[in-house]
Amino acid sequence: MNKVDQVPAAYRSNAEANREMDDIGRMIRACIQCGTCSGSCPNEFAMDLTPRRLWRLVLLGQEEEIFSSTTFCLCSACYYCTLRCPRGLPLTEAMYRLKQAAARRKVKAYRTSEAFYGSFLESVRRHGRVRESEFMTLYFSAMKNPLLPLRFASLGLKLMAKGKVDLRPPSRGDMRLAALFDKVARLESRQLTRNDR
Amino acid sequence: MRYLYYPGCSLEGSAREYGQATEALMKALGVQMTEVEDWTCCGASAAEARSRLLALALSGRNLALAEQMDHMDILVPCSACYLNLAKSNIEIGTDEHLRAKVNEILAEEGLSVRGKARPRHLLDILATDIGAEAVATGLARPLTGLVVAPYYGCQCLRPLAAFDDPENPQSMKALIEATGAKALAWPMGAKCCGAALMNTKPEVGLTLTGKILENARTADAIVTVCPMCQMNLEAYQKKISKRLASDISISVIYLPQLLGLAMGIDAKELGLDSNLAITPDFRRFLTATTAEAC
Repeated sequence: MNKVDQVPAAYRSNAEANREMDDIGRMIRACIQCGTCSGSCPNEFAMDLTPRRLWRLVLLGQEEEIFSSTTFCLCSACYYCTLRCPRGLPLTEAMYRLKQAAARRKVKAYRTSEAFYGSFLESVRRHGRVRESEFMTLYFSAMKNPLLPLRFASLGLKLMAKGKVDLRPPSRGDMRLAALFDKVARLESRQLTRNDR
Repeated sequence: MRYLYYPGCSLEGSAREYGQATEALMKALGVQMTEVEDWTCCGASAAEARSRLLALALSGRNLALAEQMDHMDILVPCSACYLNLAKSNIEIGTDEHLRAKVNEILAEEGLSVRGKARPRHLLDILATDIGAEAVATGLARPLTGLVVAPYYGCQCLRPLAAFDDPENPQSMKALIEATGAKALAWPMGAKCCGAALMNTKPEVGLTLTGKILENARTADAIVTVCPMCQMNLEAYQKKISKRLASDISISVIYLPQLLGLAMGIDAKELGLDSNLAITPDFRRFLTATTAEAC
């Protein structure tokens, strides 16, 4: 998926990777481990670690455990935990930050979500507005799983019957937002370089 | 009443009936909408999962375009677009350092953003500015006898809580009752449908959406205000019925479709043919009330 993979830029040093985790830790430093987040999370039943335990690991800097868990992949951004956290911590945002960190670390458990979001953004980069059928085609090819499209076949047919499927084949388009994406990547890598000094 | 209008990508694709219905309803209510010129994607939930700066730049671009136009509230029907635009607007407006960074990106296109736009959700505008009374006044086809489950989903309510109680929302109730229908009191209105997990973790998505559909059994229809919620609730009913070994099929329509029907707008004009879940009972109900209205 070429250029879009540069956002976020890959790590250049361990120090940089550590600093990112420190930043996330700072966002939730006031956590009192009350468990309101776990009790409020609609997806907690499917998680190997409850959100409360995940935040504890973030505070302790236990990176390996954090990224071998699938908890952050299961955040659906419902914002219940953010709304209810008695310390007012931006927990959903911190989950997003873990997703960003997982994308940069190329964490295996995050591969599906990463391919999904990456394909979406690639279509946006090309055309300015996402073309849903192109986005799904890119996603299937990124996942390299010949059975995956079958799971979406029935939905695809339903949408097609309603004339809701964009029949334009994937294309490079006019690279409508390529300049914006490139500039973000440049700014991010510049900031990283500066911080490393 | 005049608003800027940010439809968002879904309303040009899989949720185009949401766009059609919003436009038709606003016209009937005498509300003028001017589309934000040259708008692009808000970043959805994808951008922030990649990079915060990318998320801010994508939303910031649209806010900058809106700021260039008349200073009006921006009407946003999609909950994800609404939250992205509203959150970015606050962050860009309050954090000088961040604003400078976003502007450095937007400068490539000769744009700049101040964080002074006013993005608002369609439901907010319907409930707060327009009001149930306007719908009642224009009532042409009372939906008497219909029981409707109001489903708000997450991102129009949380974390901003801009216009309704984010745990126990009520803003749809009066609007639904203005149509002559009954609003179902149920515990699922603000619960999560699973959003994109339906694609990346289908087992989890199906469980969440299944709980919502199971709780709507006593209703004739669910109304939604978000393309993602709508798709999850309408597209997987067969699969969920099989999992639960029980038929949970129900009509799922967008709020402006419901209000539009009550105001006598033709079902076609409201894009009702494009919905994926309209039960035969619901169709029969519509035919019967249409005949009465004539």
